Amino acid sequence: MSVPVPPPRLALKGITKRYPGCLANDGIDLAVMPGECHALLGENGAGKSTLVKIVYGVLQADEGEILWEGEPVRIDNPAAARKLGIGMVFQHFSLFESMTVTENVALGTGDPSPLPELGRRVAEVSARYGLALDPERRVADLSVGERQRVEIVRCLLQDPKLLIMDEPTSVLTPQEAEALFETLRRLIAEGRSILYISHKLAEIRVLCEAATVLRGGRLAGRCDPRRETAASLARLMIGADLAPPVREEGTAETGAPRLVVDRLSLAPLVPFATPLADISFTVRAGEIFGIAGVAGNGQAELLGTLSGETLVAVPEAIRIDGEAVGQMGPRRRRERGMGFVPEERLGRGAVPDMSLADNALLSAHKAGGMLKRGLIRFSRARSFAEKVIDTFHVAATGPGAAARSLSGGNLQKFIVGREILQNPRLLIVAQPTWGVDAGAAAAIHRDLIALAEGGTAVLVVSQDLDELFAICDRIAVMSHGRLSPAQPARATSVEQIGMLMGGVFHLDGESRNAEA
Amino acid sequence: MLRLELRPQASRTMTFVAPLLAIAATVAAGGVLFAALGFAPLPALATFFLSPLGDLYGVTEWLLKATPLAIIACALALGFRGNVWNIGAEGQLIAGAIAAGGTALALYEVSGLWVLPTVLLAGVVGGAAWAAIPALLRIRFHANEILTSLMLNYVAVLLLAWLVHGPWRSPEGYNFPETRMFTDSALMPLLVEGMRLHVGVLFAPLVAVVAWVILSRSFLGFQIKVIGMTPAAGSYAGFGPNRVIAFTLMFGGGMAGLAGAMEITGPIGQLVPTVSPGYGYTAIIAAFLGRLHPIGILLAALLLALTYMGGDAAQIALGVPLAVTQVFQGMILFFLLAADVLIRYRVRLSLPHGARR
Repeated sequence: MSVPVPPPRLALKGITKRYPGCLANDGIDLAVMPGECHALLGENGAGKSTLVKIVYGVLQADEGEILWEGEPVRIDNPAAARKLGIGMVFQHFSLFESMTVTENVALGTGDPSPLPELGRRVAEVSARYGLALDPERRVADLSVGERQRVEIVRCLLQDPKLLIMDEPTSVLTPQEAEALFETLRRLIAEGRSILYISHKLAEIRVLCEAATVLRGGRLAGRCDPRRETAASLARLMIGADLAPPVREEGTAETGAPRLVVDRLSLAPLVPFATPLADISFTVRAGEIFGIAGVAGNGQAELLGTLSGETLVAVPEAIRIDGEAVGQMGPRRRRERGMGFVPEERLGRGAVPDMSLADNALLSAHKAGGMLKRGLIRFSRARSFAEKVIDTFHVAATGPGAAARSLSGGNLQKFIVGREILQNPRLLIVAQPTWGVDAGAAAAIHRDLIALAEGGTAVLVVSQDLDELFAICDRIAVMSHGRLSPAQPARATSVEQIGMLMGGVFHLDGESRNAEA
Repeated sequence: MLRLELRPQASRTMTFVAPLLAIAATVAAGGVLFAALGFAPLPALATFFLSPLGDLYGVTEWLLKATPLAIIACALALGFRGNVWNIGAEGQLIAGAIAAGGTALALYEVSGLWVLPTVLLAGVVGGAAWAAIPALLRIRFHANEILTSLMLNYVAVLLLAWLVHGPWRSPEGYNFPETRMFTDSALMPLLVEGMRLHVGVLFAPLVAVVAWVILSRSFLGFQIKVIGMTPAAGSYAGFGPNRVIAFTLMFGGGMAGLAGAMEITGPIGQLVPTVSPGYGYTAIIAAFLGRLHPIGILLAALLLALTYMGGDAAQIALGVPLAVTQVFQGMILFFLLAADVLIRYRVRLSLPHGARR
């Protein structure tokens, strides 16, 4: 080329960030060019979040240098980052539910212009980038995908040169994700840069032209993801080859019904909760049944009624082995052979400040015979915890280790193991591998498959479609508090499930395209 | 410049050092206070803290005052562990005293070994019943038990005043607001002849052991701790929060009622308008100073009992108002709350400029 190469829009040199007892970033270099979509790849805990928080001024690096368009800069806080032209869309939104889109934008940007004027600009920006959004609507009424658009528009109104997106598709249906990629491509065409954080290899391969891979806080490599395969990227990210779980053709169709949910409805318990409407499904012995759906479509409410934390008015709406349990609390359902792994593992599935032995007591006190006349048999709790640690290869110092001292993946292995060792006839698992490293995720998938092969009915509620397709026999989709009819996983495509995630339930294959 | 920095995890050492720091700061601030009032600090402090324990009478009185504090604080600590904030032990103590007193009057001149146990049991039931009111309000209407239990203290005070001024006033009492003196079968046996210390002092270690077994060995105590630390985990495991609320409030109330019954069947011997110098409130300080652990609470109760004795001694020897007791108790709580910050934070010295985060 005859023109001189411009300096990178953003260059990081030797960024190091230490936490007590942990080196989150260790001498990381990274360069994002103008008009480039740059992927930041890595497993949970690889240091991606720490690194982008440093770029966005939320954290300060202990060592290293940040260059913005060739000039060294200090980014003391997010306001300074925005002033440079850095915008960020977080994984967890910070929006006020009871306010309109425009009001939220005004609050987030501190833009002093009058609301009607701002609303016009919101409409203009959302039209220009294909982000369908009504500025006058209340955020509470928006879907998760629409909320994300509010966050993106809020960033775009400040005309950023670099947009950081943290796991943006984790909350989207495949169709919504495709629409988001279209928007991102338009932004790149305008010469803006995007730093795109993800661990989903397929989308990085279609979207990004450069990738920086982190592993354990260190730089693991750089590559052009378009020239890599998903397997080679995974090897770079994990540092090892992983065998995908193998689900044999099961006897699911013939197994006895273990969990029957029959026309279950539930009014919202708190403001903005999703009501459940007329949900019916059956999980059979030996089957893994998956429930897909974007978060916030009633999964939390459904799980509450299944665990027994929320009692339902009609006892027959939930049946375990034919017995109506809708009015029974969690302990009585456990006595009937149910195990439960909640989505929130630290703070619901485990008490953070208690030892693993005490956390074994939490749900396994009955099955593990840890009580005698109201007193605790601590030796039994300890040995049960030890057995979980050994059987499921939990990296922990022992049964005395506090739950909070474990990594997310190890704590999840412990909780799943704790439930499995109680020999459940029915196991309900929410987001089994959310935020869990790939090695632990593979182990958990193997354990769930082995459990189903042993005749247990397994219900998995997950947002991760890849996971559901990998381990489930049948998949149903939740949308707006309703559940679609279940589809056999092998006879269903990601696109079909994606349609269902968007709430289109009763269409056959032919009319789908016309309708969309 | 001093700066507070969040510790990666709560310091266990500081959990035990903080009460000692608070006590040291209280003694120091007490010295300053005495100096400001024109007394030589060290002799004044010696009057307050040491002189009361100079003889057998002082020691027996000390244990007498520590008993209700220890009994109530051990019971309250169970609730505090479970995020149940019973601030109404004073009212529950009075309700227990009323129930016990009423029983003692009903059994007036009845003799028998069963009379005193019946009277004490009535005190336990009375205190528990009084605590059942905030428990019911919390469970049924989600009414905050801090407010309801606190407000019921004033109701109990007025109820007692009405009884001793009205229906239960002694016919031979020259119109003084007090009931008859209870007969011997309804009085606590003395432990040391000629002193006021009675056998009730043995209840303090007994209640501490019971509280320890519940807290450290029983599944109920485990449930209390889980719900107190992480309510969502308790809900996941199916531990009923209502049972914990009802049990901890009524156990606290029952033990406060027992303390009240022992006050009126022990050193007081009748019902009078004031049956407690604020034991129910001071026990809250004892519970936290003792780190919500029965052994710590026994020690804390002894220290706080000393502030009652010290107040009396300072009033006599130095002529300062009796409120000096409350001043010292307040300082202990104040400094304890301040020192507890050090459990989660540490103090860092940093330069005013050029400081990097």
